[in-house]
Amino acid sequence: MSIPADLKYTKEHEWVRIEGDVATFGVSDHAQEALGDIVFVELPEIGRTVDAAEAYAVVESVKAVSDVYAPVAGEIIEVNEALESEPEKVNTEPYGAGWIAKVKMSGNADELMSDDEYATFLEE
Amino acid sequence: MSTAHTSNTYSAVGGIQHEEALLFEHAHEASEAISLPGVQGDISAELSAFSRQEPANIPGLSEPETVRHFVRMSQWNHGIETGFYPLGSCTMKYNPRVNEQVVRLSGLANIHPDQPMDSVQGVLALLYELQEWLCEIAGFSDVTLQPAAGAHGELTGLMMIRACLDARGQQHRKKVLVPDSAHGTNPASAALCGMYCVELKSGADGRIDLDELKKHLDDDVAALMMTNPNTVGAFESDVKEICQLVHDAGGLVYGDGANLNALVGMARPGDMGIDCLHINVHKTFSTPHGGGGPGAGPVVVNDTLAPYLPVPRIVKEGETYRIETQDEKSCGTVLGSIGQVGVLLRAHAYIAAFGKNHLHKIAQDAVLNANYVLHRLQDAYHVPFKGLCKHECLLTDEFQNKHGIKTLDVAKQLIDLGFHPMTIYFPLIVHGAMLIEPTETESKATLDSFCDAMLEIAEQCEAGDTQVLHDAPMKPIRRRLDETQAARKPVLVWSD
Repeated sequence: MSIPADLKYTKEHEWVRIEGDVATFGVSDHAQEALGDIVFVELPEIGRTVDAAEAYAVVESVKAVSDVYAPVAGEIIEVNEALESEPEKVNTEPYGAGWIAKVKMSGNADELMSDDEYATFLEE
Repeated sequence: MSTAHTSNTYSAVGGIQHEEALLFEHAHEASEAISLPGVQGDISAELSAFSRQEPANIPGLSEPETVRHFVRMSQWNHGIETGFYPLGSCTMKYNPRVNEQVVRLSGLANIHPDQPMDSVQGVLALLYELQEWLCEIAGFSDVTLQPAAGAHGELTGLMMIRACLDARGQQHRKKVLVPDSAHGTNPASAALCGMYCVELKSGADGRIDLDELKKHLDDDVAALMMTNPNTVGAFESDVKEICQLVHDAGGLVYGDGANLNALVGMARPGDMGIDCLHINVHKTFSTPHGGGGPGAGPVVVNDTLAPYLPVPRIVKEGETYRIETQDEKSCGTVLGSIGQVGVLLRAHAYIAAFGKNHLHKIAQDAVLNANYVLHRLQDAYHVPFKGLCKHECLLTDEFQNKHGIKTLDVAKQLIDLGFHPMTIYFPLIVHGAMLIEPTETESKATLDSFCDAMLEIAEQCEAGDTQVLHDAPMKPIRRRLDETQAARKPVLVWSD
């Protein structure tokens, strides 16, 4: 189970990479493993503002359809359009080419877990 | 255990199975199965714009070719009449033949919705009686027979709740609380009704958590949608308090009646404080289902919601029945006629066959059978919520995971052993869920045979004999399908 050290995590198994005031969102390796093969990703509209913990995207796997929640608040400035034709990237590269959206942050990231905290959370 | 059962216990074997092409691929112009009766004279003037410009693309096949096509296709199928079908939350019980006999009586089968009311008093009397029975069984004061299926009933119930809240001047109430263990139709119905959903996280015992509920109860709440027993097979023992809390907050409680089979004749949702409930007669009352219909999902309501029932509905005046089509407060019309009459009449026949004094045996035996299966499998498979279950039992693949075997592999191997798999990966709150609902119509011998198969699979895992599980199923005409590819790149239209 991969948990990169340079990312922050939520209890809903999302990760966020914070670079300046831009945050990149995705789902964790654990999440993609639990979901099974992803067959469809519903991306948010660019320009939409989302609150922290608000559902901003939907991933559909062979098992279930699940909301994906924003780790931090902000305005959607970019979405990973490649997922429309290749949703499997969420499975194969959850922390890389499987990213879902980028936001211009308006809130803080204080509530998020570090890699170690997330690893402990997963064990529990 | 597993040593005692060999091929004479399991029924799935190979045999003559045919590949079968589509009808259009079979077609050749030389023969046709039917000869349409000749039309006298030129009728194109009468048809005017409706006159067909090109010949209809009807495959030219002889009668035996047509019959073989459909019989062969039916042989690829598995139904309750082929074997055990323990699909959780679906209540795949046997459909008694007497229902079919009743519904084919000429006075019930050969009638038309638009014929004069005085010529269809018999069928109206039966449907009216069914209305009264459903109200009594579920503990409510009135009912609509209109909805054509369970999810349609959910929408109808929410439309009535909407109409009731609007009449109270509470148009702003749009929040629908849905437990995270709910059937997927619940949030879909709420969305279709113009409301939005908030998910309630289940408590550690798989039931609604009162503190979690209280957190979300405010002036925006329109309704709570609850299933009782819920989809982990547990009875919501706080149901009365839950309903009271929602009512105190100004909301209403919608009951998803999909699991009524666990309660029928024993307990009544109306007595628990629920405001309306859909009844899947195709589950609880044994009318055929699967393959998309037809179903029927009557909705029973209490006095709060009765004014908002859909029209048309059957009313009785003296000894005469008629269909009422107008009602100012009604939430509207949800079907073109009074309901799926053929399906409803089967339900009437089924309830009549049991009678008031025996209906409770359905629930008793359904719950007994589920607990028997749970008891036999609880050491070999992980049980996420301990204790007695209601009409269905929930297991997971946690013990099998350490051997690299998942719920999907267990389900596929069951096919090779002659059983339709249980519901898998639902409810969503349990990882690797296997939801087993045997229903009351299965014998102990059938239950034992299924449990033996499940135990054998668990033993195969423990013995490290996992390749066969990854490869399963080997016996059906189609082996393990690539479900991922089918979902990612679906081919939905036939073309040559």
